[in-house]
Amino acid sequence: MSKFKEVGRPLARVDAKDKVTGRAKYCYDLLPQDHLVAKMVLATIGNGKVLSIDTSEAERVPGVVGVFTCFDPELPKTPFGTAGHPWSCDPGHQDIQDRWILTDRVRQYGDVIAAVVAEDTVAADRAVRAVKVEYEEYPLELTRHEAVDHPEDYPPLHEARPNNIIAHVDNRTEVAGGYDTIEEILEDPSLHHTHVEVTTPRQSQAHIELCLSYAYAEGDRITVVSSTQLPHICRRIVAQALERPWGDIRVIKPYIGGGFGNKQDILYEPLNAWLCEKVGGRCVLLELTREEVFAYTRSRQPKECHLDAAWDDDMNLKARKLEGWSNQGAYAAHGHALMANTANSFRQEYSGVELAHHGIATTFYSNETTAGAMRAYGVPEGNWAAEVLMSDIAHDMGWDGCDFRLKNFMKLGYRDPFWPGPLCCYSRGIEECVAKGKELIGWDEKQKAYKDQTGPIRHGVGVALFSYKTSVAGLSLETSNVRMNLAQDGSVMLQMGATEIGQGADTVFSQMAAETIGIPTEMVHIVSQQDTDVTPYDSGAYASRQSYVAGTACKKVAEELRQEILDYAHFLFPKQQMPYDLRDGVIYDIAGNAVTTIGEVAIQAYYHPTNAKQIQAQDGINVQENTFAMGACFVDLTVDIPMATVTLNNIVEIHDSGTVLNPKTAEQQVHGGIGQSAGMALSEELLTNPKDGSIRNNNLLDYKIPTAMDLPDLTAGFVETYDPTGPYGNKALGECPCIPAAPAIRDAILNATGVKFYDAPMTPQRLFEGFKKEGLI
Amino acid sequence: MEMRILSCTVNGKPVQVGYDVRECLLDTLHDRLGLTSVKRGCEVGECGACTVLIDGVATDTCLYLTAWAEGKTIETVEGLQAPDGTLDVVQQAFVDEFAVQCGFCIPGLIMSAEEMVRSGKTFTRDEIRKCLSGHLCRCTGYQNIVNAVEKATNLVNGMVGEEASGTEEVA
Amino acid sequence: MYDIVYYHEAESVQDAVRALTEHPEARVIAGGTDVLVQIREGRFGPCELVSIHELRDELWGVTLDEDETICIGPITWFHAVNTDPICQERIPVLCDACDTPGGPQLRVSGTVGGNLCNGITSADTASTFFAFGAELVLEGPNGRRVVPIEKWYAGPGKTVREQNEVLVQIRIPKSHYEGFTGEYIKYGKRRALEIATMGCCCLVKLADDHETIEDVRFAYGVAGPNPCRSEAAENIARGKTVAEAAPLVGEAALEDLHPRDSWRASKDFREQLIKEMTKRALVEAAAKGGSTASWK
Repeated sequence: MSKFKEVGRPLARVDAKDKVTGRAKYCYDLLPQDHLVAKMVLATIGNGKVLSIDTSEAERVPGVVGVFTCFDPELPKTPFGTAGHPWSCDPGHQDIQDRWILTDRVRQYGDVIAAVVAEDTVAADRAVRAVKVEYEEYPLELTRHEAVDHPEDYPPLHEARPNNIIAHVDNRTEVAGGYDTIEEILEDPSLHHTHVEVTTPRQSQAHIELCLSYAYAEGDRITVVSSTQLPHICRRIVAQALERPWGDIRVIKPYIGGGFGNKQDILYEPLNAWLCEKVGGRCVLLELTREEVFAYTRSRQPKECHLDAAWDDDMNLKARKLEGWSNQGAYAAHGHALMANTANSFRQEYSGVELAHHGIATTFYSNETTAGAMRAYGVPEGNWAAEVLMSDIAHDMGWDGCDFRLKNFMKLGYRDPFWPGPLCCYSRGIEECVAKGKELIGWDEKQKAYKDQTGPIRHGVGVALFSYKTSVAGLSLETSNVRMNLAQDGSVMLQMGATEIGQGADTVFSQMAAETIGIPTEMVHIVSQQDTDVTPYDSGAYASRQSYVAGTACKKVAEELRQEILDYAHFLFPKQQMPYDLRDGVIYDIAGNAVTTIGEVAIQAYYHPTNAKQIQAQDGINVQENTFAMGACFVDLTVDIPMATVTLNNIVEIHDSGTVLNPKTAEQQVHGGIGQSAGMALSEELLTNPKDGSIRNNNLLDYKIPTAMDLPDLTAGFVETYDPTGPYGNKALGECPCIPAAPAIRDAILNATGVKFYDAPMTPQRLFEGFKKEGLI
Repeated sequence: MEMRILSCTVNGKPVQVGYDVRECLLDTLHDRLGLTSVKRGCEVGECGACTVLIDGVATDTCLYLTAWAEGKTIETVEGLQAPDGTLDVVQQAFVDEFAVQCGFCIPGLIMSAEEMVRSGKTFTRDEIRKCLSGHLCRCTGYQNIVNAVEKATNLVNGMVGEEASGTEEVA
Repeated sequence: MYDIVYYHEAESVQDAVRALTEHPEARVIAGGTDVLVQIREGRFGPCELVSIHELRDELWGVTLDEDETICIGPITWFHAVNTDPICQERIPVLCDACDTPGGPQLRVSGTVGGNLCNGITSADTASTFFAFGAELVLEGPNGRRVVPIEKWYAGPGKTVREQNEVLVQIRIPKSHYEGFTGEYIKYGKRRALEIATMGCCCLVKLADDHETIEDVRFAYGVAGPNPCRSEAAENIARGKTVAEAAPLVGEAALEDLHPRDSWRASKDFREQLIKEMTKRALVEAAAKGGSTASWK
């Protein structure tokens, strides 16, 4: 821990003061006063075709500037993909391009078929209601069976995939232990077996800022200011959608009010930019309503997994099989990457001693609303599957849940056999995480105290572990660029391509830069806003990649800047002994004598009569290695059986994320992630109306994220390993905390009541049904 | 629709501003007076991001017609800093306790906390949770927000409850 | 911005009635927490409004009549009813009910009158007002009339109030509350910002032994299209001790109440809630009157 001076400091966030004074500007706060507003005309059927759109009445609404439909002859014809992934020049590795700015082929309720631009929202709303649409309707294909058994009499959702299958991947590991096939293990009568089927919900990211952007022309170019996690990818996709050279588009990303993966997709920025073009480059605001954000942006993919396992009497898993399906909805967006993460994480976490593993994963199109990335990207679903299985086995065998899990957890040095590049367990603090968590929750005492309860009110304690890879290195491109300029006073202007989305990235990047340059963090001034015209390239905030990948870039550029500074110091003061060192802003010679300060070097460099220069560095990296973060969550709760309610009493979560870059901002990540995972466990699920494919609970009243009264005090803890691949020994943290609380809550409910639940969220309705079925009600 | 003139006090200063009768106070404060801390998150009183103090009471401005603000006293976080720039006790507690992440819900939460601090009362952690339950935050799990409000109310109004009711330090 | 095409800030109740009569499409707006949400949904199209928001002198606050009838001004916020000394002393269960809608900010905009005028079955105070047998005073062009709450509702989201009538007072006569203790249980899926999945208010009057039930009223929200009582539960409980009645009242309530299936909760689940909440509300209400019975 003492290895670092700036990294590891519990420094106040660099953005905190601006955010408590109202000075921090978000997208809507920067909107020019003189702007038009756009509203979308959304399909009111779930599958079919637009036959005609009558805009005449809408165009007559006072204040309407224009009504533009999917039949507009100027509408670009090239389909585009929306996933926030790096581009690939290899067509075989590109995201599926299956979406248009406006569409006449309706694939989901809420597909955008036209848009209104008006002077104010009242005029725009009135015009939207006045648009008359004629449809031809096709039968709805909402469920897996409906989608996969697509009726041949009707056109498929996408011509390129007539059977609605986006991807189907079947991965079998080699079989060890003297068996020939995994089936032999799964059927070996000398072992124990189980088969369970689990589901996870369409969870919503439910960030508090809406999804919005505005676009205006500058010269012949279009500038889009957007609440996005990834400005550079946004630029590329807007350009592709508009069929324009990529340099024609400039994207600016100010502070954003949460994204959690929803803003890792390009949502309606292409439509916004096109509408701007259509009204002659005037500034157009496209702000979604809360209802639109819930129903027509992205959500966690709803998934169904069938699990088989075999184990012996000594707590050893022998083999597991997962067959999973992901209902992606109308457009591919992130495609199979999410379901792949589900199956991969299920395999990786408990790879410790099993002899064979079989994973079959399918992602399919349907007429449900389009899913996409959400924090931890498919892993909470895989973890739910893995932990439900462990929970059931430990319960049925009478084993301690912690002991059983630890025995089977991923080993140090584990390499994933299916990952194209290196993905290895380079550091492993899981035992320490579990030990610390057990102590803090009072595991052993509570196990005893909660035995053999009766009556309507019962208490339970539960556990779940997780593992999570860091970034997508080895599978997809991981690159990042950084620029640093030395100011006249020796402070450093830091420009990251990587983005602050609330997670505290700006703060830890500042600490990293300071650490490596040799100055206090207070002398680093980070530019929070990204502007694709000036900001170095980085693909953005996702995959818990930034502190690892962009952190590596930050370290490299800081080393280069430091060398520039030392070189200039040597130029100024050539007589002292090299090499020089820079610590706390002071430059020392090899004997440890102070030579000069960074401020002196900086100002001399700026204004030197013959050798003036701004000391600066810009560079980038490609990261190829990938490692695993891990941890354990412990939950204490109370169940009121007749009322079918769960009260969370205490949640403790301990993480091994390698070096902790800032212990306070790290805790923040854990607290928030627990809240989201608790929501997935108990209350959060977007519900599709089977009649038309619309979303029933598209508001913050009916979509229930926890309030301050629904969560208990949360305890975040860390076990610091030093990962050899992380720039400062650090590995993933951002997404990890929203993985294990849900199955830990499930485990605690099982501990309290003896009732096994397989479907998340465990809503009061489901708890009631479960307790009734088991005779507790 | 017709324009009217609103006369009220905003952050200690008398203000006259023209407004469209169809506006809610959120629109007027943000779009016409440039008080960008007043955030739109739902427009239907479910998220709390647009909370300001109206005559000292924390109120959702999305469901408050601007017409009703005539003669009222309105406060937003922009008005909390001392003239010398010192942060208000609640603002400082939010910084010190790491209550801020994306920051979008924060101005509204600070105004609710402000009302609590000014009440002269002390609060248990459960009472704090209830007082903040009209705000949705997706980043923090509320842990550090509750800590910050506890700290601010205790600083101003005195301690209640057990001293060690806060976070357990896990180094 | 709301799609409002006519807006009048009333200066008195009479002025509001006049404006409503002159604008037969106009709606009354008080706290705004229902009406503005509905305007935003586009439910009314371009909308005409008569605001009684500023009529504090006439329509705000709680007073006690000479005969100790509690008189509540309809534009009184939930929070103001909750913290009112008269209500806290005489009808604390209404204070509890007023502490449950939405979150704190909603409770300083939303009004108790609005909670009745919206006609919604899930309205948190409605079942409690129903249990108290509140009397609702309307003022229209032809003067005032009094509607007992039993005759107030006219189907889902509907009441007998005419378009140009204003609710001017909610009255709870002394005989309706004297000697009763009460409990309101709101069942929601989270602990704040919630619409009731089921609401149950029990008022109970115990004999001198603090255990025998002399009189009892059970009123419910979301158990039917409008708030309602269960006479079957009341009849089975009357005359018994709390401990005797507790196991019986839930089943009895189901004779009167017929909740429906919806995506928010199944009929079965709502019936379970009615059974359990009826029992618990009785025991908790009685506990405030000195009973020691338990529901566990």
